[in-house]
Amino acid sequence: MSDDILRMRAITKTFPGVRALQDVNLSVRRGEIHAICGENGAGKSTLMKVLSGVYPHGSYEGEITFDGAPCRFSDIRDSERRGIVIIHQELALCPQLSIAENIFLGNERARRGLVDWNRTNHEAARLLDRVGLRENPVTTVADIGVGKQQLVEIAKALAKEVRLLILDEPTAALNDEDSAHLLDLLRGLRAEGVTCVIISHKLNEVASIADSITILRDGRLIETLSLATDEVTEDRIIAGMVGRDLEHRFPARVPDIGPEALRIEDWTVHSPVQLGRAVVAGATLSIRRGEIVGLAGLMGAGRTELAMSVFGRAYGTNISGRIYRDGREVDIRTVRDAIRHGIAYATEDRKRYGLNLIEDIKRNVSAADLGKLARRGWVDDNEEYRIAEQYRRDLNIKAPSVLSVTGKLSGGNQQKVVLSKWIFTDADVLILDEPTRGIDVGAKYEIYSIINRLADAGKALLVISSELPELLGLCDRVYALSAGRITGELSRADATQERLMQLMTKEQSR
Amino acid sequence: MTASLLGRSLNIRQSGIYIAFALIVVLFSILTDGALLQPQNISNIVVQNSYILILSIGMILIIIAGHIDLSVGSVVAVTGAIAAVLMVEYGLPWPLALVLTLIAGGVIGAWQGYWIAYYGIPAFIVTLAGMLLFRALTLTVLGNQGIGPFPDPVRTLSNGFTDGYLGNIGLGPLGGADLFSLIIGALVITGMVTTQWRARTARLGYHQSVEPFAVFLLKLLTAAAVVVVVVVQLARFKNLPWVLVLLALLVLAYSLLTTRAVFGRQIYAIGGNLQAAQLSGINVRQVVFWIFVNMGVLAALAGVIFAGRLNQAGPTAGNAFELDAIAAAFIGGAAVQGGVGKVVGAITGGLIMGVINNGMSLIGSPSERVMLVKGIVLLAAVAFDVWTKRRATR
Repeated sequence: MSDDILRMRAITKTFPGVRALQDVNLSVRRGEIHAICGENGAGKSTLMKVLSGVYPHGSYEGEITFDGAPCRFSDIRDSERRGIVIIHQELALCPQLSIAENIFLGNERARRGLVDWNRTNHEAARLLDRVGLRENPVTTVADIGVGKQQLVEIAKALAKEVRLLILDEPTAALNDEDSAHLLDLLRGLRAEGVTCVIISHKLNEVASIADSITILRDGRLIETLSLATDEVTEDRIIAGMVGRDLEHRFPARVPDIGPEALRIEDWTVHSPVQLGRAVVAGATLSIRRGEIVGLAGLMGAGRTELAMSVFGRAYGTNISGRIYRDGREVDIRTVRDAIRHGIAYATEDRKRYGLNLIEDIKRNVSAADLGKLARRGWVDDNEEYRIAEQYRRDLNIKAPSVLSVTGKLSGGNQQKVVLSKWIFTDADVLILDEPTRGIDVGAKYEIYSIINRLADAGKALLVISSELPELLGLCDRVYALSAGRITGELSRADATQERLMQLMTKEQSR
Repeated sequence: MTASLLGRSLNIRQSGIYIAFALIVVLFSILTDGALLQPQNISNIVVQNSYILILSIGMILIIIAGHIDLSVGSVVAVTGAIAAVLMVEYGLPWPLALVLTLIAGGVIGAWQGYWIAYYGIPAFIVTLAGMLLFRALTLTVLGNQGIGPFPDPVRTLSNGFTDGYLGNIGLGPLGGADLFSLIIGALVITGMVTTQWRARTARLGYHQSVEPFAVFLLKLLTAAAVVVVVVVQLARFKNLPWVLVLLALLVLAYSLLTTRAVFGRQIYAIGGNLQAAQLSGINVRQVVFWIFVNMGVLAALAGVIFAGRLNQAGPTAGNAFELDAIAAAFIGGAAVQGGVGKVVGAITGGLIMGVINNGMSLIGSPSERVMLVKGIVLLAAVAFDVWTKRRATR
């Protein structure tokens, strides 16, 4: 038979209201490095979670065959037993434990229930040697850099006798040197017969290391390219990732652009965890009334950090720069200041940061400006009901009533509640972070319509999105952000996905 | 059809606690041959549990916000001691001493609130430390002995009853009853009916859906019946205990605070999703700080009442009160994760424990069995809450 180590057949995975994967067929050959490319939300991570048992058998449709035998994993331990190990984007190390302890976490070298520390540290040292990390195994993980932590993750996978290693954006947080070392290591593992599946946004990397490239878009597999037989260029990958069907996905709008509403000058934000690292460096941008401005950038480029730091310093330390509202410089130090100055920020993570999921629609809509419904500290809850009901109808929130608990709504309807909440604050500047993430196509159209209506009403909008077609279809102007710097600005007429992608992947020019 | 309508309107998760309370009262009435609902015993239940109920009002706010307070028992002791020193040793007029004691409670709350809200130490740790600190302070102030006796007005507040200002009135076979108490009861019922009715018509005016009229009437009648029974029984005994009047006012005020005030609504928002509350511009630190100040003031009030009831401030006062107050809040439907809970629920939870205590002592159960039953009730109440939640998500 063929030398495919892995076959995934007709994989379909749906979440409430969203089809994340649709009829995906993926084959990975034994001993190759197989890259998976696609925009954020294309279904890459979901596919890998299906493969590694994060989503257990039965929660998806389709079949998985690994090394000729069918797989029905009920959790990660199941898949690890078969030699499939996934390394997630956010590293899953315990920072307070030593390297050796992390390597054998859940897989301890023990005799009769007691950890054999000599063996643990000895074997850890051998594994560290294999991944080329010169550190003492008893060093605490918190004391080594992100690049080295990534190597510890790989050593941990090797300790489990990995046969198929899945890496989700392994180099996203690494500098060039660490990335190069990691890629060399992967080549070495390939020589030892370990098969790798790597998810990456860095197309130059992909082109240099992969043997095959699979492209996903909107939950579907577009094509699998073989570097041995096909001619593969970055442009070709981008073309596959972004697709060509922009028509009819966006409601029409004639922009009516007024004076400047928000201007940010020389905005620099430092990371609160990694001292001295500038997450946003010297960013300058402006938004005018009636204008929809896009902010494009890859994962880790600093888009959300930029937005949240402007929104009352909700993120970051050591922030410097100036903010102008309607041409006047303003001092915004807290979220309340930001709301008072007519700025709203709708988060990319509705469930964690946007909504009180155990409360009803009504109370979520009023949450950011409850004072408006109150007289001398007492809330008029009938008025609150009336206003929430009005938004429910205006924004077409599909729920039996505004007394429905938001945790039970679909993603699209939750997003409409978040938008209602910020529209209710009468903000003039709305920053929408991934407004259509996790929302199905029909609801996306509705969200776009709402955004257009807001622009027509003279609001200034900044839309952050990982989906380039969305930015092109929606925005009058798009800024590109790369590694914390604004690397370019394109008008609607000039913007193409290829040009944006080039700006977004532009290395820091110093 | 009627049953399903009732089922929908009487949300089992919300009303389960009241039904449980009713069942427990019925059960102990039968077990005690009606002694539970005798006039004097009703009065006893109220007076004996008043300080726990006051504490549970403060505790429910803290638990809704997703925190906890383990120090209230020690705060009860230290504020009782402060009140005793001020009233007995310094001989200050009792109203001034009371106000100073409440302020002291507020300062204690502010101390803990500072470490929790502004310094970021978990409430569990801060109040665990407070539990030791304020007990130590109590012992320092009191030495190993109690201070007393308290002035009469304070004892009246804790133990006493409203006077028969208007004399007695015959109630046929029930005998004589205090007219003033009955009038207060009638006023309470009238107030309850009118506010409920107004809220209902206002909602209808806004085209909101309301519960069917039959259910509305049933709820109102049940509540009124409870008030009638309690008030009539109390009027037949010695009129209304002052602590009951105080409690009723506190419950009213804090119910309004939690349901209608901006401040109260912010507590729910914080407990429901801290990050979302922060990103909605709610000053989380300030809100958390003030609910601990509030807890300190209420604990001081409970401290004075408890000391007044015993007529002395003792070094062991308030031992394990925090556990009863926390249990009351959770039995009353508060969620462990925060964001959920009602003042009336916490009061009901406290009363459930009070009735169990009282009923079991009436039938002569040993204290270890009372403790056992209370433990089981607490676990069962929270298990029921978790179960209904899990069922709802399916």
